Amino acid sequence: MVFEKVVEILRNYKEEPELEISMESTFEELELDSLDTVELVMEIEEAFDTSIEMDTELKTIADVVGLIEQAIA
Amino acid sequence: MSFSIIGTGSALPKTVQTNDDLTEYFETSHEWIVSRTGIESRHICVEESILDLALEASFKALENAQVDPQELDLIICPTLGGDTITPSLACLVQEKLKATCPGFDLNAACSGFIYGLDLADAYFCRNSEMKILVIAVDAMSKLVDWKDRSTAVLFGDGAGAAILSNGDDLKAIRLTSVGNHHALCIPWAKGNHPLLKNQQRPSPYLRMDGDEVYRFAVSAIYNDLKAVAAQAGIALEELDFIIPHQANLRIIKAAAKRLKIPMEKFAIQINSCGNTSAASVPLVLDDLNRQGQLKPGMRIAMSAFGGGLTTGACILSWSGPSL
Repeated sequence: MVFEKVVEILRNYKEEPELEISMESTFEELELDSLDTVELVMEIEEAFDTSIEMDTELKTIADVVGLIEQAIA
Repeated sequence: MSFSIIGTGSALPKTVQTNDDLTEYFETSHEWIVSRTGIESRHICVEESILDLALEASFKALENAQVDPQELDLIICPTLGGDTITPSLACLVQEKLKATCPGFDLNAACSGFIYGLDLADAYFCRNSEMKILVIAVDAMSKLVDWKDRSTAVLFGDGAGAAILSNGDDLKAIRLTSVGNHHALCIPWAKGNHPLLKNQQRPSPYLRMDGDEVYRFAVSAIYNDLKAVAAQAGIALEELDFIIPHQANLRIIKAAAKRLKIPMEKFAIQINSCGNTSAASVPLVLDDLNRQGQLKPGMRIAMSAFGGGLTTGACILSWSGPSL
């Protein structure tokens, strides 16, 4: 559920509705730089009405999904 | 209370450094800088002092407003610091303008111009028949670490001034401060008392947590513009121009998207100036004024954010120079 929502947000952000995204996809592979990551985290926070600590470096979609699941648990 | 802006002026140092020029100092590239910031070149003080920039902008604003320096009742100088700690830059501007009024500096980093307008507004509450010069100037090239490519590429030097007079242009204004030491900091690193000799001194240059500042900045523009629009009783769609602090084009685009305001309404100068700190908003205001883009009655919003952390935003109904 969290993963599907993250994929939807990412596809909207990249304006690529068919973009292939898996849990293992890295931001680098998705051609997202550090500012894109911050922007996406802000959008994800709004979508899940939560806030994510960005102390650790986010590299993969699994990292983000893990943080959200922790935050909304 | 309120006031009107009856003249603007600005100044930029002669020396221009393109992104390609910066590749001489550290490993970077034009493409990297443009894609992450929107910056193509910036002006750097080499021959000019900070006072020179402040004076040029002030004289131009006085001329635009058709006000003599002797008519000024107050000089407010938003800046991180002039050429000297004391005298303040405002006092040296007063001397060189041959003005006779009091003057002082104000440190609210990149939000300084809006803080200056808010302070001026309070003076107009005391006496509406005043002429106030707000001259915002910063030379970030002297404060950034030219060995740190992640921050050095972002900034430039400049000055922007406005003459304020009795009037009704200011419709809403809002300031915020949230003390924060780690997001953006330029440490004080001087002092030679003998008891301090074994103390470790911090590096005297700017350090910044780019990701944290980005989040703060996007939220600042979003929250402040909504708040001042509500305060002024107008819808965001009714704004003719928005002058955002020119820190990073990506910040402006992200805020515009969230606010659902088309980018065409945001005045942009970052490509040729970089982030000029307190000077950035009045530099753009002067540019719009001199291009004749500001028509009487237009609604203009300004929104700034910076070290402190500080934010400031306001809405003006433009009446402009009465020429």
